[in-house]
Amino acid sequence: MSRPVPTAMNEFTEGHTFKRYDGELNHLHYLVLEMGALVLSQVREALAAFKSRDLALAHKVVTRDSEVDRLEVQADDEIVKLIARRSPVGSDLRMVMAVSKSISDLERIGDEAVRIASLVIQIFGNESSDPNSQLVRDVNGMGAMAMGSLQSAVEIFDVWSEEKARAVIARHRDMDEEFQSDLRRLMTYIMEDSRNIGFAISVVLVIKSLERIGHHAQNLAEYTIFQVKGEDIRNKNP
Amino acid sequence: MFIFPVNQPTAGLSDNPVNRRPLIAVIRLSGDIETQRIARFGYPVMNRVIELKLAANNRNKESPPQEKTTQPLLFPASLARNSSQTMGEWTVSNPRIRCRNVNVHYGEKQAIQDLNLDIGDQQVIALIGPSGCGKSTFLRCLNRMNDTVVGCRVSGEILLDGQDIYRDGVDVVPLRARVGMVFQKPNPFPKSIFENVAYGPRIHGFATNKAELWEIVKKSLERAGLWEEVKDDLDQAGTSLSGGQQQRLCIARTLAVNPDVILMDEPCSALDPIATTKIEQLLDELREHYTIVIVTHNMQQAARVSQRTAYFHLGRLIEVGETARIFTNPRHKLTNDYISGRFG
Repeated sequence: MSRPVPTAMNEFTEGHTFKRYDGELNHLHYLVLEMGALVLSQVREALAAFKSRDLALAHKVVTRDSEVDRLEVQADDEIVKLIARRSPVGSDLRMVMAVSKSISDLERIGDEAVRIASLVIQIFGNESSDPNSQLVRDVNGMGAMAMGSLQSAVEIFDVWSEEKARAVIARHRDMDEEFQSDLRRLMTYIMEDSRNIGFAISVVLVIKSLERIGHHAQNLAEYTIFQVKGEDIRNKNP
Repeated sequence: MFIFPVNQPTAGLSDNPVNRRPLIAVIRLSGDIETQRIARFGYPVMNRVIELKLAANNRNKESPPQEKTTQPLLFPASLARNSSQTMGEWTVSNPRIRCRNVNVHYGEKQAIQDLNLDIGDQQVIALIGPSGCGKSTFLRCLNRMNDTVVGCRVSGEILLDGQDIYRDGVDVVPLRARVGMVFQKPNPFPKSIFENVAYGPRIHGFATNKAELWEIVKKSLERAGLWEEVKDDLDQAGTSLSGGQQQRLCIARTLAVNPDVILMDEPCSALDPIATTKIEQLLDELREHYTIVIVTHNMQQAARVSQRTAYFHLGRLIEVGETARIFTNPRHKLTNDYISGRFG
């Protein structure tokens, strides 16, 4: 048999010589994406529950959080075993680190979704309350922004796109501004009528959760840049 | 069904890709890994199993094939096009050795191409790369061990403390005292422990009397971390020590002639993990006084012991830099693929 001549370098670098290692890394990557999809749907349903005052949906979000926690534990377990057995280096090491950090951010996003769902139960569980529609609109605005960032962050974790990651980070600044202006509006609303304080506080907590979700999405994008470029850009934004 | 007992199949084979072929066949037979990569190079399986026995016989005849004679089996020359220049920080602020435009030929075959590298004082630099990449050849250039190889030509400059070691009139005997070497297999002389260490200082005339010689032997054994284990019986044969102790004895022998630079060619590949750890700890202590260049196939070892790492591929220095950076954020794709186990 003659030795085939390789046509491109990637013939040699398509994966690890030890194939099982590739499988383990791929599974880890898959777990992040699975967890990402799950928390994305958790946030989406928490917001939907808020919008439609759907208590059953809110309860569902609260219950399903255990699934997020389970995935986090599973991923952590796989990461520890992979480090122990494979001693990842270079791009593999960066990927494992990025995955490890992303998992904890995703878990916290899951917690924020639960927080929003719990507030929905609290606000709308009481029949007598009559929330102001303007405030609900504020939540929808922040919610759309947080969802957009989170969706992009999970997607770029799939394709490892540095460019898209930087776009997510840039978008976070808009969200900060939106959050500040929402707070100012809420303050005006409280000053107009003190009977609405209770509801306004709940809304503040919801938009704060959404702001946190946007922040975690930014973190995910930063981990992606670390994975792709080996560059730690945390706290280096102008 | 095949049952294939394998006892440390890679421990002695790493020097030479020719030696690895039988191993590849063994892995294929065991069916544990995906065989496509092996099949691509078309090794006939059964032949290689026979060759495994032949290779073992050849080694008994003490004719280990030199790295110079090996063709890179797994890495065709077409790959080298991607790596025309060294990436990373090849200069240092405190160089002990400076290599400029070093080319090494074995007859017609070029083993090292346009190598530029500084080796800093008081640090360990690890040379890594697949078999046949030129790292051992380069190591041997640093104390002119290649002089004895017929057909070997070295061009360019290798400066030790500013002096070209290849200039006319350089006596290689004192050079090799200044640039000592420790080999893959421990090779103590068939003499007592004391005589093993005393031999060098005696022939170089470093000691004027017995007491001085004794002091040198003691100090060298202490620095090599062997003193406490052997001080009660320095007359026992060096060959009666364990493998790890023998290797530390060889290091003591090197230290006894007061070198500036110590070259190590896979010093731990024949040792068990505990002996390996002791040597690694020793390297960490020795670098306070010496410049150490180590060739290793064990990338974790390179990561553990060295401050700088240089990656060789097909006779070229592909990338060099701070070890922590090389192992977290290598710039060249070949470096990343090699250290992460994507080939080799």
